[in-house]
Amino acid sequence: MNQHFPNQRFLISGATLADGTHTDLLVDDGRIAETGSGISARGAEQIDAHGLLALPGLVDLHTHLREPGFETSETILTGTRAAAAGGFTAVFAMANTSPVADTAGVVEQVLTLGETAGYATVRPIGAVTRGLAGEQLAELGAMAASRAQVRVFSDDGMCVSDPLLMRRALEYVKAFDGVIAQHAQEPRLTVGAQMNEGTLSGELGLAGWPAVAEESIIARDVLLAEHVGSRLHVCHVSTAGSVDVIRWAKARGITVTAEVTPHHLLLTEDLVAGYDARYKVNPPLRSSEDVQALREALADGTIDIVATDHAPHPAEAKDCEWDAAANGMVGLETALSVVHASVVESGQLNWSDVARVMSHTPAAIGSLSGHGEPIAAGAPAEFTLYDPSATRRISTADLAGKATNSPYLDRTLPGRIVATFHRGHPTVLDGNLVDFQNGTEALGG
Amino acid sequence: MRHLLSTKDLDRDAAIGLLDVAEDMADVANREVKKLPTLRGKTVVNLFFEDSTRTRISFEAAAKRLSADVITFSAKGSSVSKGESLKDTAQTLQAMGADAVVIRHGASGAPHTLAASGWIDAGILNAGDGTHEHPTQALLDAYTIRKRLHGAASRGHDLDGVTVTIVGDILHSRVARSNVWLLTTLGAHVSLVAPPTLLPVSLRRWPARIGFDLDAAIDTHPDVVMMLRIQAERMHAAFFPNSREYARRWGLDDVRMARLGPGSIVMHPGPMNRGLEISAAAADSPQSTVREQVANGVSVRMAALYLLLSGEREGQ
Repeated sequence: MNQHFPNQRFLISGATLADGTHTDLLVDDGRIAETGSGISARGAEQIDAHGLLALPGLVDLHTHLREPGFETSETILTGTRAAAAGGFTAVFAMANTSPVADTAGVVEQVLTLGETAGYATVRPIGAVTRGLAGEQLAELGAMAASRAQVRVFSDDGMCVSDPLLMRRALEYVKAFDGVIAQHAQEPRLTVGAQMNEGTLSGELGLAGWPAVAEESIIARDVLLAEHVGSRLHVCHVSTAGSVDVIRWAKARGITVTAEVTPHHLLLTEDLVAGYDARYKVNPPLRSSEDVQALREALADGTIDIVATDHAPHPAEAKDCEWDAAANGMVGLETALSVVHASVVESGQLNWSDVARVMSHTPAAIGSLSGHGEPIAAGAPAEFTLYDPSATRRISTADLAGKATNSPYLDRTLPGRIVATFHRGHPTVLDGNLVDFQNGTEALGG
Repeated sequence: MRHLLSTKDLDRDAAIGLLDVAEDMADVANREVKKLPTLRGKTVVNLFFEDSTRTRISFEAAAKRLSADVITFSAKGSSVSKGESLKDTAQTLQAMGADAVVIRHGASGAPHTLAASGWIDAGILNAGDGTHEHPTQALLDAYTIRKRLHGAASRGHDLDGVTVTIVGDILHSRVARSNVWLLTTLGAHVSLVAPPTLLPVSLRRWPARIGFDLDAAIDTHPDVVMMLRIQAERMHAAFFPNSREYARRWGLDDVRMARLGPGSIVMHPGPMNRGLEISAAAADSPQSTVREQVANGVSVRMAALYLLLSGEREGQ
């Protein structure tokens, strides 16, 4: 039950499911109580969903909520509002906060703040190493046993580059069915790196971030995972070569999963040519050949999921020369539209595939129950209603978090989130974010 | 000309036009009173985030010969070293009424950011940004080559068919980048010679021939050999084993100088590491243009400032 609401019934009529069938949905007591047609609307608030797609609530395995420590960029409240605005009902919060989420105390605090905010389930990701320093394992077991029940561990932003430490981490988390989510970046090959290394980096005079720095770590890690029989998850895969390595590993039976960000599915390094720091991100935007390979890998299952790497920054972190700018882009609010534009419009993924890569499989990788289930009678009422026929020119009014470092501002993207339901109650209704204190609040207006 | 950020943006006519204006400016230097009233009342700010005494005083001399007021804002000891952002610095200069900003910055693209930001209305002149470009250096190099080839009849000439070999740390060189674009635009044929570690990993779109062998390049007797400064610190990042090996393989020593023959000119943007990338005899030979490059630098920068500040401003 959502603490902000008394129980309320909702009847959603005429929704289209991912498989193309149409149904009404009765939401009662935090669950989808009934599906089908001709359901009695008595006592229920009615929502007309004709023409809208009902998708299971999206689950983001890679979100930076910035709290504790960097509340000028984002808080757990503002970040989960951004999540709801994008159709997400659960987010995994990365560990690079201050203090770092490397103890049971910090992850429990993050969990509690998420519950209090009420916009989405927040599952903390624990750091692999103390302070993300890459020297000593964090208290992985304590975080796993805490109320936050951490199962995903990552030093994201930093690569666990020490091969012995990576091996130990992979082995250790087997004790509680954990998974190591690796930010694959060989640090010695990326000293001072500013953009994808290639023809353009040479012309722009920006230090290159070579594809091999990602691919070599992934190759090492899949072999380590095979050797110790552990689960590996690869964060934000960005190159065609990485896809080849992961495809090889999967064919060999290695238990590896991989994610791609929406921006790596849509944007290319050519955007860097104007030195606009909104396009600075790590891993960097790559070539159009890489983008094509990533789309194909998502379509054929080599890449398992889409994860946003939502990375909010204050304005001054981007309003500066390229070298001085922070890496990262916000992505929660636009993720579904970007996936729609990059792989659904091309026919590579259908909406069932989208439900799989943005809801079911990320929940499964993160051992998150209560999310990612198909929309059916008895399932938890975690879903979103999406208008696939809409188009919108993205402006800051579409962004619900604190930060505006979106690469999509002034771009036209397909689709629009009309409603999001979390724990049986709307967090977004009529395209507006629900304000739990003061009623609805305009979004996109 | 609204800004001068990159030689890549210059077409042939604009480049020749600028070099021709520089010829006029050079005439001023030969007068008893080396000064024109052209930019009286205009304020030129030298905004230097990196130390570069040579480039700074060259721009300073250029602006002063055109009677502009010159303000030098050097990052060391200023608010910049206390963490002030480029944006705040730019807005400060805007509030003070700068008409042109000559910027040297360690970050590639910083002049582009300044020009595109809307923080400041002044014309932006790139005096070297990171490892990206150094357009006035390339212009003064082109001017120097043209002058050697055509002397007093230089006006209106391009560099059609001139062969130029640039040798050294191409990867980190803004001088090399600006020269590749500009000299090619002017009709020259550019070759690059460097250790493979000091070339960008992909040169697919560069209009230049690439080689690793300086002796082979010398044997083609190019019209121009341009030696770049090598930073000895590069050996710590494994770009090459040590400075002795670098000098042996990629230095213009006396033997190579002799093989080059008297028909080639030898250039260096300075400051030189004598005995490393260039021998003392090569640097001081009659074929060397090192001192001419410095003198021509003032004329070319006068021309750039003149075109930036006295012409019609696009969009204004």
